[in-house]
Amino acid sequence: MSTKPTNVEEIKKELIARMPTKVARKRAKAMTPGAEGGDIPEIQANVRTIPGIITQRGCTYAGCKGVVLGPSRDIVNLTHGPIGCGFYSWLTRRNQTDAGPDGDNYIPYAFSTDMTEHDIVFGGMKKLAAAIQEAYDNFHPRAVSIFSTCPVGLIGDDIHAVARQMQEKLGITVFANSCEGYKGVSQSAGHHIANNQIMKHIIGTDDETPVEGKFKVNILGEYNIGGDAFEIERILEKCGFTLIATFSGNSTVDSFRIAHKADLNTVMCHRSLNYVAEMMETKFGIPWIKINFIGAAATAKSLRRMAAYFEDQELIDRVEKVIEEEMLEVKKVVDEVRPRTEGKTAMLFVGGSRAHHYQELFGELGMEILGAGYEFAHRDDYEGRHVLPNIKVDADSRNIEELEIAPDPTRYQPRKTPEQIEALKAKGLEFKGYEGMIGGMKKDSMVIDDINHYETEKIIEIMKPDIFCAGIKEKYIIQKMGVPLKQLHNYDMGGPYAGFKGAINWYHDIDRMVNTKVWQLMKAPWQSDGPELEASYVAQ
Amino acid sequence: MALLRHTTGEIKERKALTVNPAKTCQPVGAMYAALGVKGCFPHSHGSQGCCAYHRSALTRHYKEPVIAGTSSFTEGSSVFGGQSNLISAIDNIFTVYDPDVIAIHTTCLSETIGDDLLQISQKAKDDGKVPEGKYIVYASTPSYVGTHVTGYANMVKGIIKGFVKKTGTPTGKINIIPGFCEPSDMAEMRRLAAMMGIEIVMAPDTNGVLNGPLTGHYEMYPNAGATPADIATMGDAKASIGLGRWATTDAVNYLDSEFKVPGTVLGLPIGLLATDRYVDALRKISGKTVPEAINFERGQVVDVISDYTQYLYGKKVAIAGDPDQVLALVEFCVTLGMIPAYTVSGTAGKYFEERMTELLKDVPYDCKFKNGEQADMYLLHQWIKNDPVDLLIGNTYMKYIARDEDIPLVRHGFPILDRVGHQYFPSVGYSGALRLLDKILGLLMDRQDRDAPETRFELQM
Repeated sequence: MSTKPTNVEEIKKELIARMPTKVARKRAKAMTPGAEGGDIPEIQANVRTIPGIITQRGCTYAGCKGVVLGPSRDIVNLTHGPIGCGFYSWLTRRNQTDAGPDGDNYIPYAFSTDMTEHDIVFGGMKKLAAAIQEAYDNFHPRAVSIFSTCPVGLIGDDIHAVARQMQEKLGITVFANSCEGYKGVSQSAGHHIANNQIMKHIIGTDDETPVEGKFKVNILGEYNIGGDAFEIERILEKCGFTLIATFSGNSTVDSFRIAHKADLNTVMCHRSLNYVAEMMETKFGIPWIKINFIGAAATAKSLRRMAAYFEDQELIDRVEKVIEEEMLEVKKVVDEVRPRTEGKTAMLFVGGSRAHHYQELFGELGMEILGAGYEFAHRDDYEGRHVLPNIKVDADSRNIEELEIAPDPTRYQPRKTPEQIEALKAKGLEFKGYEGMIGGMKKDSMVIDDINHYETEKIIEIMKPDIFCAGIKEKYIIQKMGVPLKQLHNYDMGGPYAGFKGAINWYHDIDRMVNTKVWQLMKAPWQSDGPELEASYVAQ
Repeated sequence: MALLRHTTGEIKERKALTVNPAKTCQPVGAMYAALGVKGCFPHSHGSQGCCAYHRSALTRHYKEPVIAGTSSFTEGSSVFGGQSNLISAIDNIFTVYDPDVIAIHTTCLSETIGDDLLQISQKAKDDGKVPEGKYIVYASTPSYVGTHVTGYANMVKGIIKGFVKKTGTPTGKINIIPGFCEPSDMAEMRRLAAMMGIEIVMAPDTNGVLNGPLTGHYEMYPNAGATPADIATMGDAKASIGLGRWATTDAVNYLDSEFKVPGTVLGLPIGLLATDRYVDALRKISGKTVPEAINFERGQVVDVISDYTQYLYGKKVAIAGDPDQVLALVEFCVTLGMIPAYTVSGTAGKYFEERMTELLKDVPYDCKFKNGEQADMYLLHQWIKNDPVDLLIGNTYMKYIARDEDIPLVRHGFPILDRVGHQYFPSVGYSGALRLLDKILGLLMDRQDRDAPETRFELQM
């Protein structure tokens, strides 16, 4: 290529140039420029991955067991299948938890039925029941959750029947997730399945335990990677909120059981937990708002919105005081770091909300976003929730159960009257709203859904970002190109990045990554441009 | 506060539940083996999570790029078969990523529905989806059979089967088929053969693929790995040596029965005696004399053992890992005068018990071992709870036991997720034995330094 493409349309052509026609046509629909406040273009998302095209995506099991239920520490999360799935989801997502000195904590354990050929041929239900019994005998958990892997659905094991039978036998909660890897088109289907099962089997199962506190909230879609939830807990406590349950970072099954006693649901990762938010509103009358604790300013904004919801001046004042206090240190670090990061460029292709949330943190460092996209999000995460009625339900989404939720006959209690809601909306508080990623992105930036390896290599070659954000599979490919990669699934063992202290950690880590000297070491002295040998040696 | 706080010494028989496995599934081994062929693109025929998990596991272990494709099964393909997904995958891979070879392995999903790779890859060829001069090799690796070790073995055989041609002209070379081990180990096996002046063909060979340099330029297909042209000649070789009973027997036997290449299967050459057997096999097969330089390296190992026996003798060790690795480690521990008190391996196989019994017959301790189903790290930990050991050897997951029980851990095996070194420094050969000694002694002596009362703290050790 003698000339580099300069505008988004040209770049797009370049990215798909080598693909077979059918593939190119499909991929073109997954690419769009940012809207920068203008009309939001439609983007193709949550459609099937193209076979053979190297994707970032994982499977339904990964979304269900790995993402949503994995971080719950006192549930025995039992994988029903051959050994691999349980092995790969064993401790690999860095979900931190604090069980105290003697609380239950099964996160460091991998539980599997380790199905073998015999089980595939003759069925695995007996083995599953026996495994649950053995888990009970060895560990005495208060809950067991079963996750099916690909072959389970094909051989027709009724894991839900086994769950019911064992629940009755053992007198503890046992529930199952039919999250075979092939369902849906990505992890996203698994989130939905986990949401359904938590809603059906856990949320609202404890009316007895009283919950003290004036401002009771839940956080939905926060997984305590690198301690994010710890930092959020710290801030909420300082502000005076009572956090009942986090789904599911640093969580316990007992906290899920009383989550219906909250007066507000706050949604952090819209993609993975919006279903529970919607269902809890319908069933219990708890409104939900979208919040974002990634970025110091975004954290402040989210806290203000939460305070505004409760309409309590004391809370509003206390939140302001906390923000003021916390921002002192934030500002000090930004002032120190920003001169070294200002004007540098970043790309984020990862996850289902992180590629949007983390733009806040780059913005605080004065860095420009050249491109972003999700790995497993839907159109509403790109274009905003207003597109929901227009999204066609395809075959892959249709096979994920949609629960029929009705207001609970005794426990449905709208936290706000319609008039109150309208008044709050008039003051700028948005309910059930998420504006998505594209609206805020610049017109000369690229938005690409489910970016693949080839497009990643090309776009780096063309746009030359100073840092790229993705996951472990992409990390060393991109770093071989001399571009630092920040993992936004596991944070490269860093974090927390949420909240005020998290923002400070991020500023330091990004400063280090974009200013490290390691990339200057790639060429040996004799590999630099210039004369091959000095004349005196050549003469000999 | 313990990490594995629910583990107690009360051992209850388990028949259905595996807790903290000492194994994983076949496809990851197949993917690893395929990366040891030059210009090869591994492909996972199943739902895309398998491929994502295997790439992640290998990437975390090597901190290197690991490419692979997936057939991205949906519910539809799971019902109607994965043929159309695989054929379009083959087309897309050759068009977009231009490899010389696609190495396809199956998964529990595609095997349960009965996809036939022979038939599908033939159809891809018939449909013109495989460009001239390009290859497809494949292996059947359902996750519900065997483990990552047998997956590796199956793909190694698949690779050899896919390329080997008998021309009738002997090459005089020796085939070396490494077991499931590190790129650095493969390099060391090659170095020893080279020191003896023996020409070999090694397949697979991941050295240079999964321990490459940082240059600022990404190479999807590094200039390393066994070339298809070299692998093709393996049928005309003088002999084959397989280094790892579980991982290489099938490939060695295949070359023997199909191409009449006489085969010898040894264990992985970890430790003094196992390396002796490898060098001796090279010597006998090639008729070459073992050079002084190798005797020198061997002598260095014996020297260190004799210098430091007092720190090793009678120390109890718990080992978890793959059978080819574990049996060699147990033998080495016995050589060092240590006691391999507890050993588990998730991979089944009758030879394990036979060999363990033989290795442990003179060890003055009631050693416990188990392989196959429920031979997991939970059981190993329970044994330790009942009677502790001085040292652990195993993969990174063992660090939870190490911390809870305050026992030092030698990281060895797959996966190592938290340390560097395995990619670059071998544990096979005499130099590998020295490295293992260095690690074992370092940990045991650090422990002595840490725990010694001030009055008995030693300057010299």
